[in-house]
Amino acid sequence: MKEVVYLDNNATTKVAPEVFDAMRPFLTEQYGNPSSMHSFGGGVAKHIEQARERVASLVGAEDPSEIVFTGCGTESDNTAVLSTLKSYPDKKHIITTKVEHPAILNLYKHLETKGYQATYLDVDSQGLFNVDQLEAAIRPDTALISVMYANNETGVIFPINEIGRIARSRSIPFHTDAIQAVGKFCFEVGELSVDLLSLSGHKFHGPKGVGALYVKKGTRFFPFMIGGHQEKGRRGGTENVASIVGLGVAAKLAKENRDVETSKVEKLRDKLEDSILKNISGVRVNGHRQRRLPNTSNIGFEHVEGEAILLLLDEKKIAASSGSACTSGSLTPSHVLKTMGVPVSFIQGSVRFSLSRYNTEEEIDYTIKSIPEIMDRLRKISPFA
Amino acid sequence: MWDYSEKVKELFKNPRNVGEIKNPDAIGDVGSIICGDALKLTLRIDKKTEIIKDAKFKTFGCASAIASSSALTEMIKGKSIEEASQITNKDIAQYLGGLPGEKMHCSIMGMEALEAAIANYRGAGLKKKVVGKEKVICECFSVTDKKIIKAISQNQLKSVEAVTNYTKAGGACGRCKPEIEKILREYWEKEATKRKAGKAKEKKKLTNLERISLIQKTVEREVRPGLQTDGGDIELVDIDRNKVYVKFLGTCLGCPSSGLTLKSFVEAKLKELVDSDIEVYEVRG
Repeated sequence: MKEVVYLDNNATTKVAPEVFDAMRPFLTEQYGNPSSMHSFGGGVAKHIEQARERVASLVGAEDPSEIVFTGCGTESDNTAVLSTLKSYPDKKHIITTKVEHPAILNLYKHLETKGYQATYLDVDSQGLFNVDQLEAAIRPDTALISVMYANNETGVIFPINEIGRIARSRSIPFHTDAIQAVGKFCFEVGELSVDLLSLSGHKFHGPKGVGALYVKKGTRFFPFMIGGHQEKGRRGGTENVASIVGLGVAAKLAKENRDVETSKVEKLRDKLEDSILKNISGVRVNGHRQRRLPNTSNIGFEHVEGEAILLLLDEKKIAASSGSACTSGSLTPSHVLKTMGVPVSFIQGSVRFSLSRYNTEEEIDYTIKSIPEIMDRLRKISPFA
Repeated sequence: MWDYSEKVKELFKNPRNVGEIKNPDAIGDVGSIICGDALKLTLRIDKKTEIIKDAKFKTFGCASAIASSSALTEMIKGKSIEEASQITNKDIAQYLGGLPGEKMHCSIMGMEALEAAIANYRGAGLKKKVVGKEKVICECFSVTDKKIIKAISQNQLKSVEAVTNYTKAGGACGRCKPEIEKILREYWEKEATKRKAGKAKEKKKLTNLERISLIQKTVEREVRPGLQTDGGDIELVDIDRNKVYVKFLGTCLGCPSSGLTLKSFVEAKLKELVDSDIEVYEVRG
């Protein structure tokens, strides 16, 4: 068995060896600036364009020029939101959901202090998004709708196409934070009614510190990072060449492996989840079990606290994460699980297992074997169990 | 990842005194599952000697909550109720080799469980009477002003953030933060006036001899070590009522900022610790 059983792939993923190999020359010999006139630097530019084509192909963009490279997923989200608001300066209402990643949620909260009014839409007890509430929330001055493609905690997938259709019928720009979705299941952004889509390299075996924003042709755009002419003036700053190349290779691998690997990952996830549900009492799955990413399982363990579970898993070299208050550094538990109305006796003991194509059956079997013992230990200490 | 001490890790992995005493002489039940941590403490107490013969706990919470509970039971076993009631959250944190700032509230939970158990032993009426006078400041975690003031005073807390770390108050919606700020301000203002009053009283009592001796001590213990770290030094030459004459030595000699040092450091120290009337003069050569 490997040094660590890594089941925290929604946090970040292993850099694929092929990705690292492709990056290496751009951190060593090929250090030229792609904007340079000389061929030593300028020659690097074509590798960036190749990466752009690969990312465009993974998300199903119509044209590679619709892809803008950024520094991370959060930058993509910020760019999308702020660019749209700058494009429609008279509109002061923005819509999103209560279960977004902080990259959107805290940005919206910030915008509320700058004269914007925000509507935060609900999800149901299974984490599903009901599109009916969207129609009711739209106002004549709605500037933007931003809804995540898949939730990072539960893996629940939102009806992006329907949301996009509603947005388009009302001529409202629509952004989706697809950071957890890209590379985990198949979609063609060109066929969805999406204007802007964020993705991040390190969530699908690319390097950290690189992301991309899909900007549909014809969408009004203002750069977030103002500077040089890079990315056709859409994102100033010398390109992070090695990481962009790495992102390109990660996109290529994700597309090639997508179907086979997702089904493999899904099988392992289901095996883990089914066995926990069967062998341990007082457990529940947080989130709809079908409309969900194939790699994510969020399980609530009743009457035990998440940080304690994680530390005992850690002792067994199993890496996962939790929505409990204690693990977050804040004092409140996961806003996602709270919005879903997960019972308090489960919410603090929620653990997210998120798999990748690098996980093996042996690792899952080992995890299945380890969990009951951990639960026994903690429930013996708990005053509620 | 939290930076837990070895002791916290050890007590989390191998907690001592887990369980519940049957027909206990005292029960302390604090926290709730909604708050994210809860502790049930049960005690066996010798009625004659009032010595805690046995203590057991059950805790719902993170590693530091479990370790704090375990530490508490170890600390109080064999102690009389009187002795045990002197234990503060600081003692628990110290026993654990320290806790991360954000986790200090776990040690407070231990102290509260003990207080609740003692109140329970003494007759439950006691606790309720006090609750009537308290005011809930943080609605999210039901934290009262009394609990906040106690945490401030025992741990010398100076910021809202510290109060949140120790009591959880203000840690969820944050609406009560202005009120916590007010409590902090009032507490420290009161402390400052108390200190001033105390000092004024002290100073009145000084005889000439005591005063000279205090000036000497202050120069030796407070002033010289401060200057010596920069390679400088000072010598006390003479004292005449409120006038103190000193001579600079070492790197202080000819240092362009020695005039500033004289006023803002030497004189300030003597004013603070001896008498606000003191004036310091430099003697050269």
